[in-house]
This record gives sequence, structure tokens and C-alpha cells, in this order.
Amino acid sequence: MGQALVFIEHDGTEIKTQARNAITAGSKLGDVVAVVAGYNVDHIAKAASVISGVKKVVVADDEVFSFALAEPLADLLVHLAPSYSHIIAASTAIGKSIIPRAAGLLDVQPISEVIGIIDANTFVRPIYAGNANATVRSSDTRKLMTVRATSFDPAPPDGATAPIEVFDVAIANTKSRFVSAEVPKNERPELTAARVIVSGGRGLQNGENFRKLIYPIADKLCAAVGASRAAVDAGFVPNDYQVGQTGKIVAPDLYVAIGISGAIQHLAGMKDSKIIVAINKDEDAPIFQVADYGMVGDLFSILPELDRELDCLA
Amino acid sequence: MKVLVPVKRVVDYNVKVRVKSDGSGIDTAGVKMSMNPFDEIAVEEAVRLKEQRVASEIIVVSVGINACQDVLRTALAMGADRGVLIAATETLEPLAVAKLLKALVAREIVQLVMMGKQAIDDDMNATGQMLAGILGWPQGTFASKVVITADTATVTREVDSGLETVALALPAVITTDLRLNEPRYASLPNVMRARKKPIEVIAPHELGVEHSPRLTVVNVTEPARRAAGIKVKSVQELVERLRKEAKVI
Ligand SMILES: Cc1cc2nc3c(=O)[nH]c(=O)nc-3n(C[C@H](O)[C@H](O)[C@H](O)COP(=O)(O)OP(=O)(O)OC[C@H]3O[C@@H](n4cnc5c(N)ncnc54)[C@H](O)[C@@H]3O)c2cc1C
Ligand SMILES: Nc1ncnc2c1ncn2[C@@H]1O[C@H](COP(=O)(O)O)[C@@H](O)[C@H]1O
Repeated sequence: MGQALVFIEHDGTEIKTQARNAITAGSKLGDVVAVVAGYNVDHIAKAASVISGVKKVVVADDEVFSFALAEPLADLLVHLAPSYSHIIAASTAIGKSIIPRAAGLLDVQPISEVIGIIDANTFVRPIYAGNANATVRSSDTRKLMTVRATSFDPAPPDGATAPIEVFDVAIANTKSRFVSAEVPKNERPELTAARVIVSGGRGLQNGENFRKLIYPIADKLCAAVGASRAAVDAGFVPNDYQVGQTGKIVAPDLYVAIGISGAIQHLAGMKDSKIIVAINKDEDAPIFQVADYGMVGDLFSILPELDRELDCLA
Repeated sequence: MKVLVPVKRVVDYNVKVRVKSDGSGIDTAGVKMSMNPFDEIAVEEAVRLKEQRVASEIIVVSVGINACQDVLRTALAMGADRGVLIAATETLEPLAVAKLLKALVAREIVQLVMMGKQAIDDDMNATGQMLAGILGWPQGTFASKVVITADTATVTREVDSGLETVALALPAVITTDLRLNEPRYASLPNVMRARKKPIEVIAPHELGVEHSPRLTVVNVTEPARRAAGIKVKSVQELVERLRKEAKVI
């Protein structure tokens, strides 16, 4: 077995679930060493040390890692690389930014969005918006990859305690600087971790209708809210709601697509959901081809009725 | 400031691709090909920088077969100044493309590389970050807003939690997200004019790049298809089935 270095993404407060999915992927390839980078992140390192499967934690605690900028993080991975056969991150915005950069620096061809691990050198990944799966074999001595969280169960957060080692090589960054972040307030579950997702598309017509018709149903189902690109482009909801090939990849137990036609780029992001419900007035909408339960009709009359019906359940 | 825009020729985003029956790849025979949508956005952004007199010259480059000249012509018609085709008989992986782009950056003394975040065929989302890494330049990935001053690129990025703005010391690599801009259609006169713009064809070895592929494709398969389910007649039926049959609410 090899040695897998798994990048632990966190938000300064807690570890992202996707990091635990990545640990599961890493465990298939070798002993997992978790790398935590940030500023004042003792608590994150501790939390990482008890995730099931983690054999050791390396913590890089320095101001340079405050904002998860790609340049110093990739340098950190390059420093650590010699001890590992595999370097893995979840395919999140951060994972996708740092893994290929580090791979370039290490002269390795990275493997993006891995959904299956065949052996230490052979991996399955979707191509063409998920319309095909490619099995690829890497001849690089060291493999760098991002893994799709929905394809690996999250490692339980409460295993045995692993030792924590401090990384103390100074890493400089003079090339990039964090300026600001715009994080829309969202009290609902996070899209990529939610058990239920209620998504709206262009059919909703405006942001007001999202708030009036989609949000109450999401709240009753303790669901996250998602959207098609058309809905995001039209400004109905912020960009971090987008589900799809170029947005977030989700696979909840229940995905409700409302006023979404089902373009291949949207399907790429949600077709692995356990149960799919589609509500659309066009009975030929492609979304019905993947829906377990389809309802043809006008969302403006269906949603208020659904809202009332869910009340009866509570 | 010279701006380099790499553009890839890919199967058009409207085409539903088919896997070859022998599992060796995707059937591209007779399929409509276009410029990667993210690269169109990169070309548009570069042209806007030129209109603002921030960019002095826009060089577009494609790595691939001779037919890639089509997408270079499209970029020239949108407003790029000249094209470079790095001729390759097969599809090169991102690491090889990044090495070739690095060599071209050095030859042309480019200050900014504006490129797509992802090619919609291989969905790798890697080339820009790899190029930035091997150049030792900062990277602004998934850009939805770009402001360039004399020595800094301020890039607003689409990240999982919303938006993040970073300041990058130039030279830098920027990769585009969908909401950065709306690419223009080339007008007929511009299409005509683009025919006269130069496209240089060079071989990888002329750029001093030797690369052997690291990934081999074992096979390509069609993912398990979901069977379409049933149509429900009423909201009551829907809720009932979700509760009792699917047991998800
Ligand atoms: C490179 C690229 C990447 C892309 N990435 C993504 C991505 O990640 N995610 C994504 O979602 N898209 C993506 N797209 C866009 C995608 O191709 C589609 O344009 C988009 O998904 C369409 O969104 P929609 O279904 O909301 O809108 P439409 O296709 O306009 O569909 C609206 C639907 O609402 C229905 N409707 C309208 N009114 C009502 C009503 N009153 N009651 C019931 N139903 C109603 C209509 O019948 C229709 O089916 C991408 C495109 C490109 C080119
Ligand atoms: N063969 C190529 N020719 C030109 N540009 C390319 C090529 N391959 C990748 N690129 C650029 O790299 C970006 C990301 O591609 P990828 O990393 O393959 O998803 C694309 O949007 C292009 O800008």
C-alpha cells in the first residue's frame, strides 16, 4: 500500500464534509496523512486527528495560509510530496485550484474528479459532462488527483486519535493577496452536504418567486436550495446555488427540479441523486427522462399546493 | 501588454456525444465542433481589455490538428490580432499543453494569459493552474470579474461559498467562468477581415518541448442510464409516494 496525503479543507471553524469523503478515497490507496493548513488552526488539526482512517496529521499553521490562496498551498503540497504516493483533495473550488498547480510544479499530469478507484494507478473519471466515463491509467510515480465527494462516503469523524506533526518550513507568498469575500448568508444546509435539495430554474421567472415558492418548501423539507445556470445568470439567486457540470455536483437522497428543462450540463450535476422529482409544464422536457416522479403542470399552482400538503405532514 | 488566449476546439456543447462501441473513446465523426465556450469568454475579455487600451496585442493559440485553425479564425474575427497553431496529430494532455504554452509565453513575452477554466470535452479544469504553476505566476481561477491596472490583476472568483476577490501581481494566469461576460458574435466584415490575419503554424519541438503522455485511456464507457420513472397525477399522489414508496420525506 502507498501513502496518501489528503488535503483537509476547512472554513476556519470546521472541517468541510468533502474532506472526509476525500479521506475515504485516500484510504483505498494507502495510509492516510491529513494535511491541515491555515492560521490558528489547532482545533481543526485536532478534529482531523480523530477522523476515522487518519494515521497522522501534518499541520501548517501560518499567516500565509489564512485565506487558502492557491500559490502557498500548492507550494506546501510540493514540499510534502516526496513522502507520498498519492496526493488527494476533494474537487471543490479550492481543491481544483491547488491540485493541478502542485501537479504542474511536480511534473505530474493530475487526474480530476475521480469517481472510482480501480487500483493504485487506475481511476475512473467522467468526461463530456458525465456523458461518458473514462478509465485512465497513470504512469506518473506520484499521483495527484481531486475526487468527487458524491462518489465516496464521508469517513466517520470519530475514530482513534492520530498524532499531530507540525510543518515548520517557511513558505512565502508575494504574488497573490486576498482582498475580500462575498458570502451570501444562507441558513439552509449546504448544497453538497444536503439530504434533500429543492432546485429552481428559469421557469421561476424571478428571484421573488424563488423566495415565495421555493424557499418555504425547502424549509419544510430541511432542504438546501439549488438552481440551474439560467436562474443564476438571470440573477434569481447567487452563483453558489448553481448545480451542474460547471457548478456543484450533488447526489442527495431527494432532488426536486422545478421549472428546470434538464440540459445535459444540469443533469451532469444531479443525475446521481437517489430520487429525482421533476415539476415542469412541458411534458417533453428532458428532465422527465431522469425523474423517478414527474409532474406535468404549472409550478405556480403546484407549489402552493405542495406547500399546503407538506404542512399536513408536519 | 501582450495577452495570450489559448483556445481549444471541442465537440459543440449542444451535441449529445456517443461512446464508440469498442469502448476506445467518443465518436466524433461528423460531429459539430466549436470553440470551447469558456475560451470564447476568455477571447471576449481579452478583446475588451484591448478596447480599454489595457491590452496592446492579443495572440490566440490552439494546440491540435490543422482543423483547429477554424477556432483560431473565430477568435480573430472576434478581435484577436494573430493566431498560432501548435500542430499536434493527437489530443495532448493538459501537462503537455501547459508546457507548450509556457514556451510560447517566453517567446512572445506575454504579460497575461486569459484562458478557459475547463475544456468541456475532457472536463479537466487543470491547464491554467498547471501553466501558472510552472511559470511561477499567480493564478486567478474561475473569474467572474477582472480589473487590470499597471502591475496588478484584481480578480473576483466564483468559489463554493460565493465570491472571493484576490489581487495578483502581474504577470498572471486568469481562467474564466461563465458569468465573466457575454461573448460577441463576429460581424461579417470582421469575419472577412479575420481571413487576412496571420496564423503561424509551429511544431512542438520548435518550442523545445518534448513530452510523453502520462495518462493512457483504458476504456470509455457509457454511464449507467437512469430509467425514467412514472408521472404522478396530483400533488397528493406525489407526497404520498415520496413518503411511503421512496421513503425520502
Ligand atoms: C459550457 C456550459 C456550461 C454550463 N453549465 C451549466 C451548469 O453547470 N448548470 C446548469 O444548470 N446549466 C449549465 N449550462 C446551461 C445549460 O445548457 C442550460 O442553458 C440551463 O441549464 C437551462 O436552465 P433552465 O432549465 O433553468 O432553463 P430553460 O432551459 O429555459 O428551462 C426552463 C424550464 O421551465 C419550464 N417552465 C417554464 N414555466 C413554467 C411553469 N410556469 N411551470 C412549470 N414549468 C415551467 C419550461 O418548460 C422549461 O423546461 C451550461 C452551458 C454551457 C454552454
Ligand atoms: N489543446 C488545447 N489548445 C488550446 N488551449 C487549450 C488546449 N487544451 C486546454 N486548453 C486551454 O486550457 C483550458 C482548460 O482546459 P482543461 O484543463 O483541459 O479543462 C481550456 O479552456 C483552454 O483555454
